[in-house]
Amino acid sequence: MIQYATRRILLSIPVIFGILLVTFVLARSIPGDPCKAMLGEKATAEVCERFSREHGLDKPIPIQFLIYMGEIASGDFGESIRFSRPVTIILIERLPTTIELGATALILAVLIGIPLGVISAVKRNSAVDVVTMIGANTGVSMPVYWLGLMLAYAFALLLKDTPFWLPPAGRLSAGFVAKPFYEVFGWYVVPESGMYHFLEFFANMFIFNSIITGDWKVLGDAIKHLILPAVALSTIPLAIIARMTRSSMLEVLRQDYIRTARAKGLIERLVILQHAFRNALLPIATIIGLQVGILFSGAVLTETIFGLAGVGRMLFEAITARDFPIVQAFTVVIAIIYVFINLLVDLSYVFIDPRIRLD
Amino acid sequence: MPATSESSNNEQQRDYRSNSLIRLTLRNLLRQRSALIGGGILLALLLVAILAPVIAPFDPELVLIGLEDIKKRSDPCIHLLGCPEDQPQHILGTDGNVRDVFSRVIYGTRVSLFIGFTTVGFAIIVGTILGAVGGYVGGGVDNLIMRFMDVLLAFPSLLLAIAIVTVIGRGLQNALLAIAIVTIPVYARVVRASVLSVKEQEYVAASLALGGSHFHILFLRILPNAIPPLIVQGTLGIATAILDAAALSFLGLGAQPPTPEWGTMLGSERNQVFTAPHLVFFPGLAIMITVLAFNLLGDGLRDAIDPRLKQ
Repeated sequence: MIQYATRRILLSIPVIFGILLVTFVLARSIPGDPCKAMLGEKATAEVCERFSREHGLDKPIPIQFLIYMGEIASGDFGESIRFSRPVTIILIERLPTTIELGATALILAVLIGIPLGVISAVKRNSAVDVVTMIGANTGVSMPVYWLGLMLAYAFALLLKDTPFWLPPAGRLSAGFVAKPFYEVFGWYVVPESGMYHFLEFFANMFIFNSIITGDWKVLGDAIKHLILPAVALSTIPLAIIARMTRSSMLEVLRQDYIRTARAKGLIERLVILQHAFRNALLPIATIIGLQVGILFSGAVLTETIFGLAGVGRMLFEAITARDFPIVQAFTVVIAIIYVFINLLVDLSYVFIDPRIRLD
Repeated sequence: MPATSESSNNEQQRDYRSNSLIRLTLRNLLRQRSALIGGGILLALLLVAILAPVIAPFDPELVLIGLEDIKKRSDPCIHLLGCPEDQPQHILGTDGNVRDVFSRVIYGTRVSLFIGFTTVGFAIIVGTILGAVGGYVGGGVDNLIMRFMDVLLAFPSLLLAIAIVTVIGRGLQNALLAIAIVTIPVYARVVRASVLSVKEQEYVAASLALGGSHFHILFLRILPNAIPPLIVQGTLGIATAILDAAALSFLGLGAQPPTPEWGTMLGSERNQVFTAPHLVFFPGLAIMITVLAFNLLGDGLRDAIDPRLKQ
């Protein structure tokens, strides 16, 4: 177990190194002066000279790469051109929204996708199976932003004045304030300190914050705002998870030990859940890990449509404004989170399939 | 059930007689409902793309101000369905620049199919070379190539494409290049896997003993084995490429107005979704149908080619 875990962790180090190398090369390939690219067109020669010295741009390229790695390791992603603020702080402010949205979408996709896939496999060629597979094929083919816009149109405009009305933008209605939990608990925190940003990170996940402070009104409003973007974002992962569950279950249900289990008179539910599903879980776990990438990509589009101040919308605005430090930092951080989550999925194999431990 | 097993035996015998892989695959393919539907839609889309000038009533980039008595973002008007005859007919309405949406959607088929085939074509060529060389040469070269491919796969693909376009500049060509680059690893892996699976076989050794050059062996003896999985992957890849390209265009990084690209059309009218939903609905529907066609065809091809899934 420990050997397996260590090997997996060690294997992800060169990948992270590669991610840094790719983003470094990308950053250096921006046409024109790197200083102007990082500080904006208005940077004067003096400012540029100081910038070059500070970031070691006068040194050889390999040394520059080492400096870049050192900066990132210490959490320094430079300053945003547009906001003149540290990118790291912007990231900490924006990430909770995206995590809340992405996690909700993933939970929806897993909770609906897996049962649908299992039922489709067990009742192969039944009406449920056919409808699920048509839905799944359509789901993976849908542009997220289109679905989001159509949902917003249907639920915010067509269903206006009905109980099904849902807000098309934002995270809370006007007049609602998610009071940070540390204020509710009466903790004193120095503004702009490390602790403040740390607590603010969690307080910014409104659903989490309103649950622990017991503010049910805000919770209801936050959930109402989250439904449409989360449903839009979850469609593709849901379809992929349902398809993978179905095909993985079909594969397992053909095995001899399933016939044995049935032959010894086990009730069907146990055959499906304990014998079949347990063994079909490995590829499903893998595909769930891969959905995180799709969720982050989708977040750029979904947050833009639903006016959510998350990482994705920030990235979109940064692209439009050519705020390259943000694009670079966000790409690095998202890629590293993606690698890390897939590492966790790899490690979970040990619990899903104990045979891997012996490998 | 003896009756069915007998008939499947007969079928197998017939399969052995016509021993051409292509014919076998085609026959399997015709049995796949999803492939038939996907192929049918694709054929229709190809026809639409070729016949676009005939089908589309207007030039897709023609601004109709002054030519007709029509306002911008006018609702769809179909005379047969009761739209007043004195109003100019625009089946899917007009957009914010008073252009005929129907004509733009029709011409968009050309752009999207072009995007799909060129990006995947480029990615397959580069991926095949990288995967083939890696798998055949092995050792350090293989390691270097495949680790680099792993790194590219470690990024969420659309985000890496966004980052690349931000650096090399927006526009349809650059967006296509970015999408092609981020999908290269998939093809490199497919090709490498099939190279590795046959590299040690006796017929390869025989070819080497007969004095075949490495180039000859790799490209004429080994690589043909990679064609079936490449076709499957490529078909599914076209679906993803069209979807990603439309997303980049939607964000304003891909095709620039006035190009009739579906993602661009959606992006430029997205704030009008509450007042003129048809401007968002139809381009998105077109994207979905096209992507669905390639997905269905790809799934069917995979089932037809992969003997493991044959029941």
